[in-house]
Amino acid sequence: MGIALEQVRELERICLETRKWIVKMIAASGTGHAGGSLSCVEILVTLYFRQLRIDPVNPAMPERDRMLLSKGHAGPALYAVLALRGYFPTDELFTLDKPGTRLSKHVDRVKLPAADISAGMLGQGLSMGVGMALGARMRNNPARVYAVLSDGEQQCGQTWEAAMCGAKYKLDNLTAIVDRNQLQVDGFTEDVMSIEPLAAKWRNFGWHVLEINGHDVGQLLRAYDLAQAWNGQPTISIAETVKGYGISFTAGKVQWHNQVFTQDQARLALAELGESV
Amino acid sequence: MKNDVQSDHQSVDAPDTIQEAMKRDTAALFSDNARGAYAQALLDLMDEGKPIVVVEADLMKSAGTAPVFERYPDRVVQVGIAEQNAVGVAAGLADMGLIPFVDSFAVLLSRRSADQVWMAVAFSDMNVKLTGLYSGFTTGTNGPTHQSLEDVAIMRSFPNMVIIEPADCSELRQAVRVAAEYAGPVYIRNVRGDLPAICDDEEPPFEIGKAVMLRPGNDAAIIASGIMVQYALESRDLLLDEDIEVRVVNPRTIKPLDEDMVLLCAKETGAIVTVEDHSIVGGLGGAVAELLSETRPTPLKRIGVKDRFGDAGTFDWLIQAYEMDVPCIANAVKEVIGRRAEYAKD
Repeated sequence: MGIALEQVRELERICLETRKWIVKMIAASGTGHAGGSLSCVEILVTLYFRQLRIDPVNPAMPERDRMLLSKGHAGPALYAVLALRGYFPTDELFTLDKPGTRLSKHVDRVKLPAADISAGMLGQGLSMGVGMALGARMRNNPARVYAVLSDGEQQCGQTWEAAMCGAKYKLDNLTAIVDRNQLQVDGFTEDVMSIEPLAAKWRNFGWHVLEINGHDVGQLLRAYDLAQAWNGQPTISIAETVKGYGISFTAGKVQWHNQVFTQDQARLALAELGESV
Repeated sequence: MKNDVQSDHQSVDAPDTIQEAMKRDTAALFSDNARGAYAQALLDLMDEGKPIVVVEADLMKSAGTAPVFERYPDRVVQVGIAEQNAVGVAAGLADMGLIPFVDSFAVLLSRRSADQVWMAVAFSDMNVKLTGLYSGFTTGTNGPTHQSLEDVAIMRSFPNMVIIEPADCSELRQAVRVAAEYAGPVYIRNVRGDLPAICDDEEPPFEIGKAVMLRPGNDAAIIASGIMVQYALESRDLLLDEDIEVRVVNPRTIKPLDEDMVLLCAKETGAIVTVEDHSIVGGLGGAVAELLSETRPTPLKRIGVKDRFGDAGTFDWLIQAYEMDVPCIANAVKEVIGRRAEYAKD
């Protein structure tokens, strides 16, 4: 199945807009995890603007596809995408972590019903995804479930409990995407606690595994299509990404896990992203 | 004789499918009334069409839910020895409109899955029911590792969590129904073994946040929960011989606590003893102490495990060794009555 070049260009444009909002939100609030938010932009944009069957006007629609941001610290990326998708006005993005906001840097589904799960404590999202996929099947609900995991979460035991469970129940309505940006708080994942060979691990746990470039919109879309067509196994796409992607001075820099943009850095970043200030 | 031995030998070696073994176990488990009541309550609700799913973590036999698996195999999710995943999976099932009941040891749900219960269930306001099995000393011989003496304290510290502790099988069956009908997280504290019949038909129906007065009396009040209610009633009988008439109250839900009932006890008796098969830190006694000390300071004695680990032994031995048995409860009543008199002199 071919993917129209126009569609790819449009999604890439939205990715650029999303990145600008991430910079603006974090600069305005003085908090937020820039690196892991910037690395999963293409994953979230392709899901929300092409893949998910959702309705921003009716966010609680029972048959909607579910999108679980297990790496809850990427809240700013999710919020930017939700706002651009029409769930709430982009002005609200400036309330990130401000008193009374619905947008805390770690996602809260009770405050923000557009989010399908609350997250922040790593390693829990895939279990919830397994439960949703199982529940959808039990209720003949056509919803598909997408869970975006961090690579650091691959060190959590619960991730593998959920992996076994998803394979046991042959949840082909469940797709996980690993934002494989190589970095975590204390350094490179491979130095902190190696998770490789990651694809082989997931294959041995009974999953259908795809390896893709997580910044390539076309590859992401093809991976979702392949996952949807696959029967009898859940799919995981290991999406190679760069932490802090899109801005020269944040890309691949461990300190940008949770470093905050100063006003000068924000201006520089926005200029790089093509925003005329 | 020789033939008998041979036939025994044959029966051991006879091919036995898991299904057959399960059926045999089921029959045995139904004789154990807390498990039987739990399974029956779930089956009744499922037969009525309630979208209940049971999530098991390799403790179906302990939970007594094998009959549920027999009748509704597709509505039992078996995740293996993975309680953290069990709780997360339950949260996901709830999101899809199902009513999951997670069965596991009370120690595991409260200690091992604490973060999952906090984030995926309580904080996320997911309609998940957690059934903590083998609570307190009821699993005595399994020793300290399996004795949950902190589960109520842990669960009670989480906002948005309802805690039910049934005192007998009738209450257990009602509690399962009430939990299923309540939209939100519920923790049901269940025992291992048998619960004696305590409730009678005249008692008000089970309601979250509503205590029930089991016996009248104005000399003091015993607020006892779960399996300890029967010992509170026995203590009352013992004290009647000394012309002390003690009121006995069963809170039914530890959270939300029926504060009106506790304050009424304080007002009308002025001397209170709490009794729980749990640590005196953070459980029923803790909840009553917090309420009274802030609202109506009243002489109080908490009967329970005094900030210690458990020990291997039978239930009867343990409650004696940990000073929680009938004479200890009766002595505690006399102590608080004495303190009330002392305070009156000041």
